[in-house]
Amino acid sequence: MTIKDIKEILGGKLIVGEEWSDREVHTACGADMMSDVLAFMKDQSVLLTGLCNLQVIRTAEMMDVVCIVFVRGKMPDETMIQVAKEREIALITTGHRMFSACGMLYEKGLRGGATYK
Amino acid sequence: MNDKITMHYQVPADDFTRAGEASSSVKSKLKMMGVKPEIIRKVAIAMYEGEINMVIHASGGTIDVTVSQEEITIVLKDQGPGIEDIDQAMRAGFSTAPDNIRALGFGAGMGLPNMKKYTDELIIDSEIGKGTTVTMKVKLPTD
Ligand SMILES: Nc1ncnc2c1ncn2[C@@H]1O[C@H](COP(=O)(O)OP(=O)(O)OP(=O)(O)O)[C@@H](O)[C@H]1O
Ligand SMILES: [Mg+2]
Repeated sequence: MTIKDIKEILGGKLIVGEEWSDREVHTACGADMMSDVLAFMKDQSVLLTGLCNLQVIRTAEMMDVVCIVFVRGKMPDETMIQVAKEREIALITTGHRMFSACGMLYEKGLRGGATYK
Repeated sequence: MNDKITMHYQVPADDFTRAGEASSSVKSKLKMMGVKPEIIRKVAIAMYEGEINMVIHASGGTIDVTVSQEEITIVLKDQGPGIEDIDQAMRAGFSTAPDNIRALGFGAGMGLPNMKKYTDELIIDSEIGKGTTVTMKVKLPTD
């Protein structure tokens, strides 16, 4: 699946990343706590979150995330958009809630990655 | 590349939005230096956790990063309240972060255990009322 596919499946809006929306992604992680993302995320390339502040972009940067999906219609601000552009992290916003957004992507083949032990 | 490369950062107090700028800068520099991605990832995650801690638990501080032939050393120094019981602070899930920090996505008590996980050495030197110095080392592969 590509970043563009994610946008389409979720009926979302691509805020950053038009230029590299053909990038392939295979696994994703959903979390509102950045502490958990930093501690438990492995090599997932997509982050779905209901949190919307600059530290979400920073956390994604440290974890080498290529695409962030903001659920419940959350809109990143100018600074977040700027940093995401610099770091080449795509930003998508969707009106769906976390559970639905994850389910829709899972149904189309996106997976969660390794089981946590 | 026989010389040591050093980087110095000032982490501002009480500015949550700027937390992570130092880690972000180090990440880009290591990339430019050609350091292996898996090493950069370890350094970036451990340093970012430490930088966030500095901002939310102390009032900012300084970070010094040294890259030598053998290892990358990160020293985070603050003049914050200090850590009362380091063993307790190291335990996964232990956090004194208030609710407003949790609303920002942090405060699960996972930072210090994560810093330990991603580094080869973690030393915490802390004194109540004086401050905390966290030293982390990530070994570079010899090849
Ligand atoms: N630089 C520091 N100065 C003072 N206290 C600190 C410092 N770093 C950590 N602590 C104390 O150690 C506790 C545990 O830190 P840790 O990073 O593991 O968790 P956290 O920061 O509370 O949450 P998380 O890292 O998951 O967002 C903190 O809640 C705080 O009480
Ligand atoms: Mg922490």
